[in-house]
Amino acid sequence: MADALLRVRNLVRRFGGIAATDNLSLDVGRGELHAIIGPNGAGKTTLISQLTGQLKPNSGTVHFAGQDITRLPAYRRSALGLARSFQITSLLPDFTALDNVALAAQAHHGHSFHFWRNARKEGQLRDAGRAALARVGLEPRANVAVAALSHGEQRELELAVALATGPQLLLLDEPMAGLGVTESSRMVKLLGELRREVTIVLVEHDMDAVFALADRITVLVYGRVIASGTPAAIRGNAEVKRAYLGDARAVTRHG
Amino acid sequence: MLLVVEQFLNGLQFGLLLFLLAAGLTLVFGIMDLVNLAHGSLYMMGAYFAATFVAWSGNFVIGVVLALGATLLLGIVLEVVALRHLYGRDHLDHVLATFGLILFFNDAVRLIWGPAGLALPLPAWLTVPVQIVPGVFYPAYRLAIIVVALAVALMLYLVVMRTRIGMLIRAGASNREMIGALGINIKLLYTLVFGLGAALAGLAGMMQAPILTVQIGMGENILILAFVIIVIGGIGSIRGAFLAAILVGMIDTLGRAFLPDLLRKVLSSAAASTAAPALSSMLIYLLMAIVLVVRPEGLFPASRR
Amino acid sequence: MTASLNARNAVAALVAVLLLLLPLYSELSGNIFVLTLFTRIVIFALAAASLNLIMGYGGMMSFGHAAYLGIGGYAVGILAFEGVGSGFIQWPVALAASALFALVIGALSLRTRGVYFIMITLAFAQMAYYVASGLARYGGDDGLTIYKRSDFAGLINLSSRVQFYYLCLFCLAGGIYLIWRIVNSRFGLVVQGLRSNEARMQAIGFPATRYRLVCFVISGTMCGLAGALLANNTDFVSPAIMYWTRSGDLMVMVILGGMGSLFGPVIGAIVYLVLEEFLSQLTEYWAMIMGPLLLLIVLFGRGGIMGLLGRFGRG
Repeated sequence: MADALLRVRNLVRRFGGIAATDNLSLDVGRGELHAIIGPNGAGKTTLISQLTGQLKPNSGTVHFAGQDITRLPAYRRSALGLARSFQITSLLPDFTALDNVALAAQAHHGHSFHFWRNARKEGQLRDAGRAALARVGLEPRANVAVAALSHGEQRELELAVALATGPQLLLLDEPMAGLGVTESSRMVKLLGELRREVTIVLVEHDMDAVFALADRITVLVYGRVIASGTPAAIRGNAEVKRAYLGDARAVTRHG
Repeated sequence: MLLVVEQFLNGLQFGLLLFLLAAGLTLVFGIMDLVNLAHGSLYMMGAYFAATFVAWSGNFVIGVVLALGATLLLGIVLEVVALRHLYGRDHLDHVLATFGLILFFNDAVRLIWGPAGLALPLPAWLTVPVQIVPGVFYPAYRLAIIVVALAVALMLYLVVMRTRIGMLIRAGASNREMIGALGINIKLLYTLVFGLGAALAGLAGMMQAPILTVQIGMGENILILAFVIIVIGGIGSIRGAFLAAILVGMIDTLGRAFLPDLLRKVLSSAAASTAAPALSSMLIYLLMAIVLVVRPEGLFPASRR
Repeated sequence: MTASLNARNAVAALVAVLLLLLPLYSELSGNIFVLTLFTRIVIFALAAASLNLIMGYGGMMSFGHAAYLGIGGYAVGILAFEGVGSGFIQWPVALAASALFALVIGALSLRTRGVYFIMITLAFAQMAYYVASGLARYGGDDGLTIYKRSDFAGLINLSSRVQFYYLCLFCLAGGIYLIWRIVNSRFGLVVQGLRSNEARMQAIGFPATRYRLVCFVISGTMCGLAGALLANNTDFVSPAIMYWTRSGDLMVMVILGGMGSLFGPVIGAIVYLVLEEFLSQLTEYWAMIMGPLLLLIVLFGRGGIMGLLGRFGRG
């Protein structure tokens, strides 16, 4: 792909003797919704962590919008327009939902070496935060402490926080993990709307959602790409069926 | 030249003593994840016990052995009564609780032994100078410290790396729940490990006692050095603690011995005598600062964690 | 939430009023001791409040905060010794020296986390202690007597007990107000967020160390002011003020009062120092009681006094 928004080349990440990412290459085009699937232990989260900067690869490169971000720290990648939601919910538990998204907006609205003004009264930040919450349907729960939110609401908040940073590329790590039926379909609908505004890389186990949403799918097994292409191509790929989809038919929605 | 050799050996001896102290601290921190500030108090108690038992029994060796036993017992009692309730808690809780213990021990010692401090005189056979190399004499006692400390370090290495108990200790450091699930009595293991740490601290204290006086608060000063060693040596690494301890012992001793003269060559005599003590005491902290800048994880960190 | 806040606010207001009226009580009853005691308490409350900023709100457990008491104190003491008696010079120097020390130590220490951070801040503070002990010209271990308190050219007379007390109280009030504003500002939210979940904060675009370091410097500078006040209070400064057990005292005050609560450090300082005073009247060996008491507080008293009040308010 010539003008890929995200270009990964020969990425390698070892833990001791095990290669969690094994010479992985990947392209994500601007505006597409690219799903990454694979059995447990395939190295999906490890890959996401290397893309967003929580982990550094042993070798290989990651280019974003033409820029080499391989060694860039996480906070710089966020400034460039990469946003991430975590597989294991990672929010600020001492704050309210609105505080969480407002902080995410704050990171992208000038610097934070302001010591005097009450940040919770900054209209610009609060409005941006509310907008992100409204997007995922959490606006009525804005002033609830994170600890008091249900698991499903927390997963939605994860997404809202990522959105509040105004990203070009959203990397979502199993956003539907642990969601019930209604919540899952709401999330799928939401992702369907979001894809028109922002490029999305989606790691998911929910095969119905993946095949409904994805423009292209990459299949990961043991840290390697075994197939990459349109949903139809993946569905028809014998190797993929053998490695993953055959068992995945039994993987239904959680909850 | 003789002075250099003597100071070199002094540095080695000090370093080994620091290692004994740091080893106990690292062991307890590595296995039980417990930050024990009162480790310095155990060092002090070892010295006080030794001074008391040697005076009471009239025999140096018997006194030391009794003191070791007493410190071990004290460590076990401390663990059972107070410290085991801290496992799993925030490190800050450990810091505060053991800080309270330091206050308690310092005053308890003052109550029992008085504020003046004690002396631990050496028997005659340990005060003779030993000729290690033709023309170079070194006090027998300091030599004995080096030998004993090395022997203990070796024993520690063998126990931790080569025995079943050692295996349990190392496994427990990596995965506590696993050990419990294997049916090993975790409580007993922890108590024994703590006792071992206490004994090491007490041994260091009583070995150092004849050289420095036995006094209240002696533990705190040296505990800081143990912390510095752990930071320099590396997180969770006994080998790192060993190497760092030797390094720190050398730098501190040689620095204090030779820095004043070096400074006098460069600065005026008055300036040198003002700056020298301050600078000498800063040396190891400067070393720690450098390590922090260059390798924050320590010079020889254990690769796990 | 309002119920629990009421109990805490009520106590805070009550304490504030008591502190304001204390000199009046001292005048009327002729009890000078209570004024000198509370001057000391107010100064330590300021030091504890500065520590609470990085510990309670920032999650940085510094065991070396007493170093700033020493640096601020020695700035005043050394300048006084060398003939510079003006507070207008001494106090800014005290603040600047504290800020510089905090900058250097913070930059080094913040490369570590958790218990290693605790050890390192402890080690550096002890280094300051040893350096001060080695300064023979300024008294070394014996300390330095300050013959004249900081001169503010008639603006305020530090030798007057009452005026000095109100100056300290003003500094404390100012410090707490400043902390209140900081904590709710953009900067404060970032620092608290970093304590809450650093990985999350980095992922949304905040560089952690930068913000922590600035917080650390603000805290150290504030404590340096307390140091300058303390030196004036005792007319004396010695390395002992930087000894690590003093840092422990400060930590206890913060935790006793309730970490991360605005008024907690004040309550903590009052309770800790009054208790220390009371116990030392009882027995020479007061630490034997204080020690296990601390242990019990850790085991059973979560959230400090303010936390306790919060629970009462709800119940």
